[in-house]
Amino acid sequence: MISPRSEGDLAEAVASAKTPLRPKGGGTRMIGDAQGEVLDVSGLSGVTLYEPAALTLVVQAGTPVSDINTLLAGERQRLGFEPPDLRALLGRDGVSTIGGVAAANASGPRGVQGGAARDAMLGVRFVDGRGAAISSGGRVMKNVTGYDLVKLMAGSYGSLGVLTEVSLKVQSIPEAEVTLVLDGHDVDAGLAALRRALGSPYDVSGAARAGGRSYIRIEGMEGSVAYRAERLRAQCDATLVEGAQSSAIWDGIRDVAPLHGRAGDIWRLSVLPTDAAGIVEAILAAHGGDMLRDAVYDLGGASVWLALPAGADDVVRTALNGRGAAIKLRGTGAAPFAPQSGAVTALSSALKAQFDPLGRFAQGII
Amino acid sequence: MEMPRPNSMILSRRAQIVAQLRAALPKGCVIDDPMETRAYECDALSAYRCAPLAVVLPRSTAEVAAALRICHALGVPVVPRGSGTSLAGGAMPSADCVVLGVARMNAVLDTDYDNRFIHVQSGRTNLSVSGAVEAQGFFYAPDPSSQLACAIAGNIAMNSGGAHCLKYGVTTNNLLGVTMVKMDGTVITLGGPWGNGFGLDLLGVVCGSEGQLGVVTEAWLRILPKPEGARPVLVAFNSSEVAGACVADIIRAGILPVAIEFMDRPCIRATEAFAHAGYPDCEALLIIEVEGSAAEIDEQLSRIRAIAARHDPIEFTEAADEAQAKRIWLGRKSAFGAMGQMGDYMCLDGTIPVSQLPFVLRRIGELSADYGLDVGNVFHAGDGNMHPLILYNANKDGDLAKCEALGAEILKLCVQVGGCLSGEHGIGLEKRDLMPVQFTPADLEAQMRVKDVFDPSWLLNPAKVFPLAASAARRGEAA
Ligand SMILES: Cc1cc2nc3c(=O)[nH]c(=O)nc-3n(C[C@H](O)[C@H](O)[C@H](O)COP(=O)(O)OP(=O)(O)OC[C@H]3O[C@@H](n4cnc5c(N)ncnc54)[C@H](O)[C@@H]3O)c2cc1C
Repeated sequence: MISPRSEGDLAEAVASAKTPLRPKGGGTRMIGDAQGEVLDVSGLSGVTLYEPAALTLVVQAGTPVSDINTLLAGERQRLGFEPPDLRALLGRDGVSTIGGVAAANASGPRGVQGGAARDAMLGVRFVDGRGAAISSGGRVMKNVTGYDLVKLMAGSYGSLGVLTEVSLKVQSIPEAEVTLVLDGHDVDAGLAALRRALGSPYDVSGAARAGGRSYIRIEGMEGSVAYRAERLRAQCDATLVEGAQSSAIWDGIRDVAPLHGRAGDIWRLSVLPTDAAGIVEAILAAHGGDMLRDAVYDLGGASVWLALPAGADDVVRTALNGRGAAIKLRGTGAAPFAPQSGAVTALSSALKAQFDPLGRFAQGII
Repeated sequence: MEMPRPNSMILSRRAQIVAQLRAALPKGCVIDDPMETRAYECDALSAYRCAPLAVVLPRSTAEVAAALRICHALGVPVVPRGSGTSLAGGAMPSADCVVLGVARMNAVLDTDYDNRFIHVQSGRTNLSVSGAVEAQGFFYAPDPSSQLACAIAGNIAMNSGGAHCLKYGVTTNNLLGVTMVKMDGTVITLGGPWGNGFGLDLLGVVCGSEGQLGVVTEAWLRILPKPEGARPVLVAFNSSEVAGACVADIIRAGILPVAIEFMDRPCIRATEAFAHAGYPDCEALLIIEVEGSAAEIDEQLSRIRAIAARHDPIEFTEAADEAQAKRIWLGRKSAFGAMGQMGDYMCLDGTIPVSQLPFVLRRIGELSADYGLDVGNVFHAGDGNMHPLILYNANKDGDLAKCEALGAEILKLCVQVGGCLSGEHGIGLEKRDLMPVQFTPADLEAQMRVKDVFDPSWLLNPAKVFPLAASAARRGEAA
C-alpha cells in the first residue's frame, strides 16, 4: 500500500509506479474488479478553506465525509446533495471520504431539487496517470473558464486520475422539513403522485417510493413549509411527518435501507419516471423473485435501486431497451455501466487512454 | 488580436469546397456571396471581424453531418454558430473557415410534462424554449439577458448563466442530453431525457466546450414548474462595502433569493439617463428577487428587510405591483444598452469570491483612474460573477488597445483573489491569451487532450480558448 501525505507525494508515487494502482479513499464505494496496489488517499485530509457566507468549502480528497458534516452543521450548513452512506447496502466498512463521494458522483434524494454531487462540485485537483497534477474549475460559484474537467472527474470512479482536492458549494440547513406519506397506492398510482408533486410549484426536495409507500419532502421556512404541505395534501391523501421523524425517512431512502443485507448484485437504474415501474416489472418477469416490492424508487422514479441475482446484466439491458442507463454498484462480471452506445464507449476509452496512457488506474470500468 | 494566418491552400480551393457543399445540401443552404457572408463576420464582440469562406445553414442533423464530412475530408476549419451573441468572440470566423449556423434548426421535437423535459433542435432561442412550455405552467430556468436572441446551441457551448441561476443553476445543471455531430461527421447522443446516466460524464464536458468538441444539433432540457409568483426589491446603499456585507448576511441567514443583482454608481447614472427607471443616485444598489406564494414572498422579504435594516440602506423599495416590479428590473436589464449609449464598451465577466467584492471594486476604481477609462459595474452579487463594463472610443487611436489592457488587468485581479476569468460568457477569442494566468501548462494540456479525442485534426473552432502558442502544434502550425 502506498500512503502519500501530500499531492506532491501522490504525483510522484503515480509517476514512478510500474504496476496498476487502486486509488482508495475509504473503500466504501469502489466498483468493478479493481486490481493493483492500493493507493491510499486518506492521508490527504483537512479543510483548505471554508467560507460559510459564500457557501464555499474546499477540502482535501481524503477528508472523511463525517468530519465535513460535523464542520458544516456547526454553521447550520450541509452538503445539499446528500451523499449516501452505502456501507450497509454494499457490505463494506471503512470511512467514507469526500474524494470517494466525488469520484462516484454519490448523490441522494435532493437531486430532484438541486442536482447531484457533480452540480455542487466547483473545482477539483487531481493527479492523472502520467503523474501530472491538474486543476480544473475553482472555488467560485460561476466558472466557465476552460473545459469543465470537474464534470469529467465526477463519477469517473478513479479511472482517469486520483482526486486530491475538491471544492464544493454547500447550502444552509432549512428551518423546517416535513414529509407527506402516501399509503395504499399501487406502484403506478404511487409513482404518479410523485410526478404530480414534482410538476407542482411547491418546490419538492424529495420524491421517493419504498416498501409500498410514497414519500414527498418539503423544506424551507416554517410558514412556507406548512403552506406548501397543505397545498400538496389537497391533491393527494397523505399523512404528515415532521422534523427528526421526517429526516429519518430520507436517511433511509438515501442509504437505500430497504435493500440492506440483501444478497446478490446491487444495481441503480437511471430512467424516465414514467418508464420506471414497467422496466422493473420487465426485469422481474425475466428473473422471477419478488423484487418489485423491494425496489426503491428515488428522484420521482428517475432512479431505481434493485438487488438482483448475479448475472442479471442481460436482463437489465433488455428491460432498459436503450431508454436509460444502469450501474452495478456491487457484483461481479462485465463492465459495471450498461448500456452505452459504441460511439460513447469509444470516446470514453479514448479519454481514458489520454489521461492514463499506461493503464495505471481502474481498468475494465469503462 | 492575433489570428492564425489563413491557410492559402484552402483559400485557393474555395470554389471546389463550395461546390461540394452545394452538391450535398439542399438549395439555399450554402452562402458564399461576399455580400451575404458579411453578415457572419462577427458576433457580439464586434471589435473583431472577418468574413468566412462560406456559410452553411443546415436544417437537420443529417445535413450538419453531411457538411462536416465534406469539411473534414477537405481539411477546412468549421466555426459553429447559434445566434452570434457571444461576447467572447466564440463565433468569430476566420477567412479560411466555413461557418456552420444552426439557426434554421429551431423546432420543438417533444415536450413531456410528466417527466419534465423538452426536446428541441439547438437553434431554438432560449426564450422560445420557455415560451413553448409556458401555457402548461413550466419554464426553462437559465435566462441569459440575451435570451430573446441567443440559441440553446450557444448556451450549451458557453454553459451560459443568467440572473436567476443563483437558485436554478446554469446551463450544465439543466441539460439532460444532446445529439451532436463530431467533426468527422459521426452523429452521437450523450445522455438523454433521463440525464447523463453513468459512466464518464461526456455531456458535462461538452457543455462549456465552446463549439470545439462537436456541433450540437438537438438537446433535452429540464423544464421546471413556474413558481406561484415573484417579487423584486430595490435596496440602495451609500457604500459598495456595505452592500456587499448585506449580500453576505442574506446568504448566511439561509435565505436563497432567485437573484441578487448589484449595480455601482457609474452604472446607475448611465442607466438612469437612458432608461429612467427611477433608481436613487447612490453608491451601490441591489435588486433582490424572491419567489413563492404571496405569503411566502412576504415572509422572505420581511427577513431580508430586517437584515438590510442593520446596514442602514438609504432606500428599500418593495415592488407593490407588476408595473413596479418591471420598473425595478428595467434599469438592470437596460444596463448594457445604457452603457452602449455612452460609447463603445467592453463587457468583462470574471468571477470573484463574494468576500473579495469591496477590495476588487476599490481596485477596479483605481485601475480605471490609472487608465483614464470609465468602468461601470453590474454584478450577479449572489455568486460573485462581475460584469465590469469598460467604456472606450473605437474611433480614437489606441483606445481599444488601452481598454483591452485594462480588461486584462481586471481579469488578472479576479484570478488573484481566488476567482476566474469567465463566469458565463466563455473564453473564445477574447480571453484566450489570458488562460495561463489561471492555468498551468499541465492544466491546459489536460483540456487540449479532451479536444484531441473529439476532434483529432483540430478543425472545429480551432483558434479559440487556448493560447495560440499552446495549441500551435496541434493545429498543424509551427509554434
Ligand atoms: C446583450 C447581451 C447580454 C448577454 N447576457 C448574457 C447573460 O446574462 N448570461 C450569459 O451567460 N451570457 C450572456 N450573453 C452572451 C451570449 O448571449 C451567450 O454566450 C449565448 O449563450 C450565446 O449564444 P448564441 O446562440 O448567440 O451563440 P453564438 O454567439 O453563435 O456562439 C457562441 C459559441 O457557441 C458555439 N456554438 C454555437 N452553436 C453551436 C453548436 N450548434 N454546437 C456547438 N457549438 C456551437 C460557437 O462556436 C461559439 O463558440 C449576452 C450577450 C449579449 C450580447
